[in-house]
Amino acid sequence: MRLFDPPMRRLQRMIGARRMAYVFLLPNFVFFGLFVFLPIGINVVFSVTGGTALFPSQRPYVGGEQFAHLFDCGSYLDPATCREDHFWRGVANTAKFVVFQVTAMVAFSLVTALVLNMKIRGRGFFRAVYFFPVLLSPVVVALIWKWILQRDGLLNAAITTLGGQKILFFVDPSWAMFWAVFVSVWAHMGFYTLILLAGLQAIPADLYEAAEMDATPRWRVLTHITLPLLWPNMIVVIVLALIKGAQTFDEVFVLTGGGPGTATLMIVQYIYETGFASQVQNFGLAAAASVVLGVVLFVLTLLQFAAARRKEI
Amino acid sequence: MDADTEGNTCARGSVEERARGAYLARSDWTGEHGGKMIARAVKPVIASLVLSLLSAAVFGGPASAETTVLRMAWYSDGNEGEVMADLLRRFHDQNKDIDVVLDQVPYKAINENLPVQLASGQGPDMARIVDMGGLSRYALDMRPYLKDPGYWETNFGPFLEWMRPAGDPQAIPGFMTQLTVTGPFVNKTLFEQAGVAIPGEKSTWEDWAKAVKEVAGKVQAPFPLALDRSGHRFYALAVSQGTKVFDANGEPDVVDEGFKRAAQLVYDWHKSGVMSKELWGSVSGTAYRGANDEFKNAQVVMYLSGSWQTAQFAKTVDNAFDWVAVPNPCGPGGCSSMPGGAGLVAFKQTQHPREVARLMEYLASEPVLAEFYARSLFVPGHLGLAKKGIDYPTASPEAAAALKVFTASAAQISPLAYRTQGYINSRIIFNAVISRLGQAVSGETMLEDAYKRITADVAQQIAERNKK
Repeated sequence: MRLFDPPMRRLQRMIGARRMAYVFLLPNFVFFGLFVFLPIGINVVFSVTGGTALFPSQRPYVGGEQFAHLFDCGSYLDPATCREDHFWRGVANTAKFVVFQVTAMVAFSLVTALVLNMKIRGRGFFRAVYFFPVLLSPVVVALIWKWILQRDGLLNAAITTLGGQKILFFVDPSWAMFWAVFVSVWAHMGFYTLILLAGLQAIPADLYEAAEMDATPRWRVLTHITLPLLWPNMIVVIVLALIKGAQTFDEVFVLTGGGPGTATLMIVQYIYETGFASQVQNFGLAAAASVVLGVVLFVLTLLQFAAARRKEI
Repeated sequence: MDADTEGNTCARGSVEERARGAYLARSDWTGEHGGKMIARAVKPVIASLVLSLLSAAVFGGPASAETTVLRMAWYSDGNEGEVMADLLRRFHDQNKDIDVVLDQVPYKAINENLPVQLASGQGPDMARIVDMGGLSRYALDMRPYLKDPGYWETNFGPFLEWMRPAGDPQAIPGFMTQLTVTGPFVNKTLFEQAGVAIPGEKSTWEDWAKAVKEVAGKVQAPFPLALDRSGHRFYALAVSQGTKVFDANGEPDVVDEGFKRAAQLVYDWHKSGVMSKELWGSVSGTAYRGANDEFKNAQVVMYLSGSWQTAQFAKTVDNAFDWVAVPNPCGPGGCSSMPGGAGLVAFKQTQHPREVARLMEYLASEPVLAEFYARSLFVPGHLGLAKKGIDYPTASPEAAAALKVFTASAAQISPLAYRTQGYINSRIIFNAVISRLGQAVSGETMLEDAYKRITADVAQQIAERNKK
């Protein structure tokens, strides 16, 4: 590192110490500019142009036509009345998925973190076990569960061994959504458990000692000490899970293919299929749907910032 | 011409004269001393010549022997990737200046990634494709580079229309790696176990549905009738039910009485259990779903797929059970199958059109193509070879019999089926149909709503494609 000292000192003398911050920010700014902000800009250009050409210069300007197409609905609560019904089915499914998944994720992660925070035997082993699925690729996770859940999979083998009838999990819409949520929770809860575990360990031990000396019941310790002090971590977990849930694609796509019908079709799958998998690759419509999703994610991110600020207060 | 020659001669003459004058002016080049001087001057020239020759020998010879690398994107249903790799090796042995890299990719990549690659100018030089109409705008017209365009017209004529860009009645972009014919595979062993007679030729779809339901009930097979979740396969049923596909002006008019009859059959078969929802009702949108695994595991009584599966079933089913291919079932519109196939097409963005054409000429030549069809167990997409007939020496008795049935079916394909397959927007229609029928099958919409959506989807996508 000393190698860079002389040129850095010279640069600092030339531009001043305060401006050096921008020098260090520059590489990341260029990186984000090229790989984040430029693609966002291109996406916005695509969302206001039409046709099937790939290069923006060859695409005719259509203004807000793509957005008008997306939002052309008889009733937003009934996708069947919308011109782009698959988009609204995707919105409805994603909303349903997020509600169930985030609720389940937070509940299971909290319980798991509380248990793993206790002085139990093999605590390190159990922490590793719960964290392990986080290391797997979403596609691998989905394939593993697909093998378990398919007609001749492990679960049906167990059911038939016990005398039951095979269940076609991916044919019934309710089952398909249930397993999509279940697999997602299974795959990601280790990460959120880790955040909550870190929060639990940051709670001062003397508070618990004081409660013990006062013979406070465990339930009151949980509701009056643990949960209030864990709340900032819970906010982070909820917001992160919300953002991740809204972006869900790969796991559910591999597991159910968006079916049966469109019962598990998520917004990102709609964007992918409209832009890349359909016969006429409608980049404009896909880009417009991406902009809508981007706005939703932006609102969720603002929520996270607001929550973080409250934590600081 | 003469003037030009004369001019050149004059120029050469004057240079020689000037050189001779300059030489003679150096008097010290002559005499005893002069000899040594010449030797001194020539030495470095000889040395540099020798060095040049040596380095040329070491670093691979003169520039004319440079190798052109061509890329071919290829998907396989059976063993045809291995056969193609073998043929390309042989081509390289005879043409050291051309090296072909065979990129073997999944079928999905050909349908979804290749169009984007081509649109961005990053595609391969050639690819084996199915959506010939959709990709025809990227096709290379090889005529200027072919030794004998007539051979291509004679042997691939009707299929060239499928690959030609709109408005170009003459281009030669590639050749058919195979002609495919849709048709059902039947698990003969299950019929025998159930004691049910296999319906004969000219039986209707309803006859078959009744028979396979009976067999499945007796042998507890979960899939009495499996139909690939594919618009192309659905049209084997729809054409036989009398759909017309186009209106009087030649524009697509998808939902007519024949179409409704076919859609109603699929819908009703799912309700009555003739078809399992696991294929059409378990995925979404335009996703393709076949029943290959289910068929080879003896869970399917009758599987409507097509001739391209023959090699695969010959290998994977082996002696597990007896299977046969049967002619397409019939309906009010006849018994026609749907034709199809895959073509090896050259793309105009290639930097080496001459070399591409040389390779294509080799692969499309009669002996090479005959070997390819014979080893991959494909129905020939070469009229001359189809007429002569192909020997399939490696085919099992089941496979040989199946190929015979498919070849016979190919001769009875209706002109409408050919027209539908060759229509430039056919895949827009096929995809809209499976996407919306899939929703109806899974209970998400009613058939009437699906019909309206199919019409709207087709109109919207064609309009988007035509937007300039």
